[in-house]
Amino acid sequence: MVRAPPSRKQLEQIPMDEHEIRELLGDVRAGRLSRRAFVRTMVAFGLTAPLAGQILAGAGLAQAQTRPGMGPAKRGGGPLKALSWDAPNLLNPILAVGLKDWNACAIFYEPLVSFDAAGTLVPILAQEVPSLQNGGVSKDGTVVTWKLKRGVSWHDGKPFTAQDVVFNWEYAADPATAAYCIATYKDIKVEKIDSHSVRVILPKSTPFWADAFVGVRGMIIPKHVFEPFKGAKSREAPANLKPVGTGPYRFVDFKPGDMVKGELNPTYHMPNRPYFDTIEMKGGGDAVSAARAVIQTGEFDYAWNLQVEDEILKRMEQGGKGKVDIVAGGDIEHIQCNFTDPWKEVDGERSSIKTKHPFLSDPAVRQALNLVVDRAAIQESIYGRTGVSTANYLNAPARFQSKSTKWEFNVDKANQILDAAGWKRGGDGIREKGGVKLKMVFQTSINASRQKTQAVVKQAAGKAGIDIEIKSVTASVYFSSDPANLDTYPHFSTDIQMYTTTMTQPDPELFMIAFTSWEVSSKENKWQGRNITRWRNEEVDKLYKAAEGELDPVKRAGMYIKMNDLAIQNVVVIPVVWRPRVRAISSKLRLEQSGWDSDFWNLQNWYREA
Amino acid sequence: MSKYLLRRLLISIPALLGISLVLFTVLALAPGDPFEELATNPNVPPEVRLNLRAQFGLDDPIPVRYMRWVTAMVKGDWGYSFVSRINVSTLIMQRLPTTLFVLGTAQLLGLLVALPIGIYSAVRPYSFFDQITTTFAFIGFSLPTFFTGLLFILFFSIYLDWLPFIYRADISATGWRWAWEMARQAIMPIAVLGLFQGAAMTRFVRSAVLEVVRLDYVNTARSKGLSEKATILKHVVRNALIPVVTLVALQIPGIFTGAVITEQIFRVPGIGSLLISSILSNDTPVIMSITFVFSALVVLFNLVADLVYGWLDPRISFR
Repeated sequence: MVRAPPSRKQLEQIPMDEHEIRELLGDVRAGRLSRRAFVRTMVAFGLTAPLAGQILAGAGLAQAQTRPGMGPAKRGGGPLKALSWDAPNLLNPILAVGLKDWNACAIFYEPLVSFDAAGTLVPILAQEVPSLQNGGVSKDGTVVTWKLKRGVSWHDGKPFTAQDVVFNWEYAADPATAAYCIATYKDIKVEKIDSHSVRVILPKSTPFWADAFVGVRGMIIPKHVFEPFKGAKSREAPANLKPVGTGPYRFVDFKPGDMVKGELNPTYHMPNRPYFDTIEMKGGGDAVSAARAVIQTGEFDYAWNLQVEDEILKRMEQGGKGKVDIVAGGDIEHIQCNFTDPWKEVDGERSSIKTKHPFLSDPAVRQALNLVVDRAAIQESIYGRTGVSTANYLNAPARFQSKSTKWEFNVDKANQILDAAGWKRGGDGIREKGGVKLKMVFQTSINASRQKTQAVVKQAAGKAGIDIEIKSVTASVYFSSDPANLDTYPHFSTDIQMYTTTMTQPDPELFMIAFTSWEVSSKENKWQGRNITRWRNEEVDKLYKAAEGELDPVKRAGMYIKMNDLAIQNVVVIPVVWRPRVRAISSKLRLEQSGWDSDFWNLQNWYREA
Repeated sequence: MSKYLLRRLLISIPALLGISLVLFTVLALAPGDPFEELATNPNVPPEVRLNLRAQFGLDDPIPVRYMRWVTAMVKGDWGYSFVSRINVSTLIMQRLPTTLFVLGTAQLLGLLVALPIGIYSAVRPYSFFDQITTTFAFIGFSLPTFFTGLLFILFFSIYLDWLPFIYRADISATGWRWAWEMARQAIMPIAVLGLFQGAAMTRFVRSAVLEVVRLDYVNTARSKGLSEKATILKHVVRNALIPVVTLVALQIPGIFTGAVITEQIFRVPGIGSLLISSILSNDTPVIMSITFVFSALVVLFNLVADLVYGWLDPRISFR
């Protein structure tokens, strides 16, 4: 199942704005339009059926969704061999850092519900997805009631109950555990109702409640195994390396940084699943040879995260034994404009909020910069299928994508704008105004595709009289959290910079925090703030605060779209390409990917076609 | 002899301390930290990162961290991996058997190639055989292993499709099947490393033998009627091998620390690949342990080489 990322054309076919969707929803409510007809209309506009279903669900009109199972429900499929060049290091989903660890954890552990490709919830350890309609979600959006699946047992035979779920909250919310997902759990309260239902009490009305016990941050660990290792002792638990879960495979062996091995769990809670007898995930090496082992030689069945140029992948695919599997997420490669002065030190801090950028604070310069980024060329010659050019910072899920933005590559127009704003060309061809020259330093991490993009931008900018000096920093430094190092991206000690922000949930709330004024990265917060550009805008702040409590999904989506538009119109960021997840799979392997969950969220349904 | 040994051992203590101090300072001053993955993710609150930094003691001053490391090391505690959250010693022990097997076999292969070829070409210098082997030896040690490794993969795995190019330490088969699978996957990395070492060593053996073979006592041996075989094996080789043995002894520490590049190319889960991935993820305790163990082994095997030298050549005495 190769799911190509939505092309620009397809995306343009989703013209539905808030009003139109609302009108249709009104029709459904009034009975003028059947649910099926609504879904059909939405699908016709390019929305996936589950997504349309979710809009209905949000509007309180959902029906219990049953998900068609995939493929033959049988066992005895032999071994499944996966490659992960960035090898997993530990197998406790709550202590795990990043997708490579979560993928390995997902072989053994499961959340209550997972996210599929469209960002729709799929029940795993829950009986059903809570909703307004089934009473699972309270009207004010502050209480979520989970009904747990009965008859599920841990790999050691003990039953899975509500106590385990409550324990997960206690474990992850304890600051001494220093869990990656602490933000998900620290402000909520979890109560046991009976042996198979729990109540999650949220601190305030929360439109996107699908966080605790959902997806990668929601994989449930057993209370009876981890109870003695709570808090500061969490690092000592032997089960961190020998997982006991409820998942489709049981633990066999694990060598950190090398391989993970599992065998079929005969007491798995879904009948006749999983298909494969054993699973093995091997780590190490590089992405190119991983792609080669799957696509060209067929030595392995699956390889994750192919950060490989599309041209190489295409060459491998010709007559190969495997293919590239692409699924869209929300990750965005973008260029950021610094709104503060990176070259002036104020109170021991560069890019201090007390300063103003000498020329990027001029909207004309930012607009000109926006016009010299040739996204089509970047997609075509650098990223191929692995990066889709886009005008938006917020691209997914589709209902949050703005339709009113567009991008353009036009050096002449950039020249006109700069001329009109009084930036005159000097003798060296570089524009200047009032003694300030349009000379900027453009930084990013060391990565072949990024250096090529830098070169493309530099060349076009030169034609517009903007001089760009290219700087690249080793990824391990650039993405580090070292407060003493000026070269990290949150310090932003240059004029413009480029990297990918990952979107880890099918909801923009955390993603859009990058434009709020209280998140400005500064010395005060040890450069841990999420607003890297240091752009501040009252309207965005207001919208963000309002969206946090807005329970109407359509209105809420409109607010995030507006925030995106404000950031784009003001050229705070220049989106370059929207990056989907790229994996290599054997041509016989059948699976369903999701850009919002671990690679193995649906592992129990994977099978091999004869 | 024992006095000499004791003195050498005592001298090595300040040397090792000095090495560890330099290593530790360099690593502590190097930029980056092990929690960079938390940095680009908007879901992780900054407190978690700060909390982890505090938990692992990364915010303490360098001298304090060094003293903590030294005292732990003296007690036999190699530290704790930031990334895997297990003891470094466990991590290294998991990798050691594979590294010893692959690199030990490669070293053996190198010797098996180098000794007969080196000796034979020295006995008949500038013969056709010597010319050919010299050419190949030069080619062999001028081609880096990352190049020959990729060449092997391209030819044997992709073009011919004979051999797997991903090394798995955990083959599930048993008995003969296990041995067969193991041989199939190990043959390429071992050949790449073994032939590279063999090429260099061939040149070394050849020149060592060439020096001895011209000496007068060899002529004496021949003239008293010893067979050519006995002359070469008993009189020439034994004397010529003294420097070779030293060289091999000095190469042994390298076997423990693995071959970084070759291990990476073939995904051999050895110490070399552990070192690389630890460097990439800024897992300083692991980097520190591996590099320190390596320097300790170098110091140790220098001593061993000196001792072996004296044992082979009785003219050398230890004082």
